[in-house]
Amino acid sequence: MANALQIVVCAGIVPDPLQTLEPVTNPTGPGIKNEMVLPAVLDPWAASALYEAANLATKNPGSKLWLVSLGPKAKLQQVMMTVAQKVAFELVPVDGPLGGFPDAHSTAAALASAIEAIPGIDKTKVLLFGGWESASRGAGVTLQLVGEKLGIVDQFQGVDQIDVRDDGSFEVLERVEGGRHQVSVCAGAPAVLGWATGSLAEPRNNPQIGMANMRTIMPALQKAKAVTLDANGLSYVSAKLPSQQRETRVVKDMTPDAIAAELVEWIVAE
Amino acid sequence: MSLPEQELNQPEIERASMEVDIACAGFGPAMGGFLTTLTKAWNENPSDPAFESKVMPGMPLQVLCYERADDLASGVSGVVTKAIGIRESFPELKPEEIPMAVGVKKEQIFYLLDPVGASKRSAMLKIGDFFLGLGKGLWIKDLAFELPWTPRFLHKDGGLVLSIGQFNQWVGGQIMSSGLVQIWPGMPVAEPLLGADGVVGVRLADQGVDKHGAPDAGFAPGMDVKARLTVVGDGPVGQISRALDPKDRRLKDEWALGMKFVIELPEDTELEPGTVWHTIGFPEPEIFGFLYVHPERLVSVGIFVPSWMGDPARTVYRYLQHYIQHPLLWKHLKDGTLRSWGAKSLEESGRRGETTLCGNGFAKIGECSGSTNMLTGSGVDEGWATGVQLGEATVELLRDGKEFTEANLNATYVKRRRASWVEKGAREAEHARGGFHKGFIRGMVGMALAGMTNGKLSLHTKVPPAYKQIRPLASLTAEKLTLKQASKLALEDGRPLHDAMMSARGWPEIPFDSRLLVTQQDALLMGGKVQAMPGFADHVVFGNKDVCFACDEKTCIAMCSGQAITLGADNAPSFEREKCVHCGGCLWNCGHSADGLEGNIEFRAGSGGFHSAEN
Repeated sequence: MANALQIVVCAGIVPDPLQTLEPVTNPTGPGIKNEMVLPAVLDPWAASALYEAANLATKNPGSKLWLVSLGPKAKLQQVMMTVAQKVAFELVPVDGPLGGFPDAHSTAAALASAIEAIPGIDKTKVLLFGGWESASRGAGVTLQLVGEKLGIVDQFQGVDQIDVRDDGSFEVLERVEGGRHQVSVCAGAPAVLGWATGSLAEPRNNPQIGMANMRTIMPALQKAKAVTLDANGLSYVSAKLPSQQRETRVVKDMTPDAIAAELVEWIVAE
Repeated sequence: MSLPEQELNQPEIERASMEVDIACAGFGPAMGGFLTTLTKAWNENPSDPAFESKVMPGMPLQVLCYERADDLASGVSGVVTKAIGIRESFPELKPEEIPMAVGVKKEQIFYLLDPVGASKRSAMLKIGDFFLGLGKGLWIKDLAFELPWTPRFLHKDGGLVLSIGQFNQWVGGQIMSSGLVQIWPGMPVAEPLLGADGVVGVRLADQGVDKHGAPDAGFAPGMDVKARLTVVGDGPVGQISRALDPKDRRLKDEWALGMKFVIELPEDTELEPGTVWHTIGFPEPEIFGFLYVHPERLVSVGIFVPSWMGDPARTVYRYLQHYIQHPLLWKHLKDGTLRSWGAKSLEESGRRGETTLCGNGFAKIGECSGSTNMLTGSGVDEGWATGVQLGEATVELLRDGKEFTEANLNATYVKRRRASWVEKGAREAEHARGGFHKGFIRGMVGMALAGMTNGKLSLHTKVPPAYKQIRPLASLTAEKLTLKQASKLALEDGRPLHDAMMSARGWPEIPFDSRLLVTQQDALLMGGKVQAMPGFADHVVFGNKDVCFACDEKTCIAMCSGQAITLGADNAPSFEREKCVHCGGCLWNCGHSADGLEGNIEFRAGSGGFHSAEN
C-alpha cells in the first residue's frame, strides 16, 4: 500500500557552473563577480533530490512535495521558469542573499523556519531532501543543521536510492568509500536525505506541469518573506576557484595508455 | 530511407493539447515589447472584463510564451540602439537598472587600412588606401582614418548600449512578475497549428526522439497549444514565421552573420563606458565592425559578414580574431580577457523581406517580420516598437470584443505599423544597400545617397536569392586550388576546414594566448556553454545529399559559428547538435539549391544554443 508522504526539498540556486566565475571580495565577504548578472540554475545535487522526490511522490499517491529555496526573488523567479516545467511541486521561497558564503547556521535557521511555517505540514512525518554537495561553496552541514533544528535525527548522506515499503519504513543506499553503497533501513519518516546523483535523468520539460506550477509559484514569490542572514562572526581568510587552464592540441594516434599517463601527469601537477 | 520518406511513414501521434488565449513563439525584444504593453494595460485595471480569459472563464487571460533558448538571458547580441520605442514603454528607464547598460556618450566611425596584406581589395580601393596611407601620423593613426563626422542616419544620440541577454532578462522578469504571462524557456515551438480558417495555435517540439525525430526512449510528443491569437516573434531564422509564408525564404534575400566577443578590458583602459565605434575596411572591405563599451570595463566587439560578400570562405570567427588585432583596437584590447562570445544571423533585407504580417489568428512582429532598418543598422528598437504596436492592437481588440481575424489585425496592428516611425525608416532604407551587390565602393555611395536623401535616392539593384550570392568556385581555378589545399589540410591534419582555408589564403596564424586569442572550440566553453538538451531532433537538416556531395565550396562549414557543421569522411557536411549556437547562418549559407529557389539546408525548431548571460 502506498504511503502519502510529506517531502520537503531544500534546494539553493547557484551561478551556472559553466559560466566564467571569478571570486571577488564584497563588503559583506567573498562572492562571485557579477553574480546577479550570471544565469542561475538549481544546485545540481539538489536538483537530483527534487527529481527523486517527485518520482517518490508520484509513486505514493496523496503525497505532497514542497521546494524550499533561499535566494533573491528575481533570481528565484528566473530559475523557476525552467525548473517548474520539470516536476510538480509547491514553491516555498525565502527572499535572501545569493551566494554560497553566508553562515550555514543562519541559512539553516531561515530554512527551518520557512519549513515550520508551511501550512499543514507535520514535521514528524517529513522526509527532508537536499543535495549532499553544492556547486557553490558547499558548507557541507546546512542540510544536517536544518534537520537538527526540525528535530530530525535520522540522517543519510550521499544517497543514491530510496525504496519506501508498504509499512512506511524505507531502505536507503548511501555512498561509502571504495565505490560501494551502504544499505540502511529506517523505520520511517522523519528523516534527512542528502542526495548524491540518484539514478533519474532530468525530466523532460512538460508545459502542463509548468502551467500548473506557475499558478502557485508567482503568488508565493510575491509573498516571499525577506530574511537577513547573520554572519555569526564568520569571516573568510581567502576564497579562490580551482585553477583552470585550457590548452587545445590536435594529436593523432595516441594510445589510451599515453592519454591516461598525460592526464595523470596533469592532475598531479595541479 | 531518406528523411522525407521517414517523416511520411510516421504514424499519426496522439498529442496532449491545452487551450490558452494567446500563445507566443520566441522571446526577444519584439516579444518583450508586446508582452510589456499587454501586461501594463492589464495592470492598470486587472478587473477589466476585456482581460477575462475565454478559455478559462473567471480567470485573467491565459498568455504563454515559449522560447527555444535555455534562459531568457541567453541572447547573443550586444547592441547600440536609439531606444526610442523602449523609452516610450519605460519613460523612467534608468540604464543602471539593467546590467551592462549605459547611455551612448561618444560615437566615432573609422575606415581601417589592412595591416596584414591578406584582405581582398579592389584595385580602386588599393589606390585609395595608398593615398590615405600617405597621411600616417596626420590623418591616419593606428592604420585607421576617423571620419570627421558621423552621418545623421547613423547617430544613436540619447540611445543605449545594451547586452541583449541582460535586457531580455530584465524585461522578462518584469513581465513574469505581473502574473499575467508565463514565459517558458527551453521549449522550442515546432510548427503553427493550422485550422480551416487560419492559425489556431502552435505545436511544441517532440521530446525523447532520435536525431531524425523518430520516437526514442522517453518519447513525449510535443503538445498542441491552441490559442485565439498566436504571436510570432521567432527572429530572423524562426521556423514558425517561415512556415506561415512560403515566400519567406525568397523575400529575405540579404543576410549577415554577426559575431562578437565580450572582453574585459584592463584596469587602466582609456575607453569610456558609452563609447561606440563603427568600422569599415578590415578584415575585408565588406565587413562592418563595431566596438561598444559597457560599464565595468566590459566591451562588445564584433563584425558582420554579409551575404553579398560573395566569398564562400566566410569564416567569421577567424575574421573576428584578425579584426580585434587591428592596431586601432588591439592597443585597447591586447591586455584584455575574453569573457564571452556569441553569434547570430541578421535579416538584412529589411522591408523588402517583409512577409505576411498577419492573418486569421496570428501576427508577426520583430525581425522575422522584416522590421530591421538596414540604413541605420538598427533592429532591436524597431522590433520592440512592432511588438508594442501589436500589444496596443490586441488590447484594442480585446476591449472592443473583436476576434483576432486578419481584417481586425490589419485594421489595428498593421495600421499602427504603417503609420509609425518604423515604417518610415524602413521605406527610406529599402534600397539603401543595393549598391553593395555591385561592389564595396558603389555600396558605400548608395548608402550615403539613401542616408542623406532620406531614401529618395539610392543605387537600386535587383538582389539575387541569398544562395546565388555565394560566388561559385568552379570557374575560379586559383581559389579552387586553394580550397583543395585547405580540404587536404582539414582531412589529413585534423584542422577545421574554414581555419585551413583562411591560412591557405594568406591570413597569418593566430597567436593563441589562452586568454583572449583562443581556438574556436575553446571559445565555445568560455563565458558560458553551448548546450543541447538530450532528446530533441537535429534542427539542421541537409536536403538533397547529392547536392552536398557535388558541392565544392562547402560554405555551410566555413560559416558555421560553432563548428557544429564539419566535413565528414564522405566529403559531405555533418551536423553535431551539441555544438550548435543557433545562429542560423547555415539557413542562408548554402550556395546550392535543389529546387532553384532556396538553399539545400533546412533550419528547424531546436532546443539549446549558447548559454551566456553577457552576450
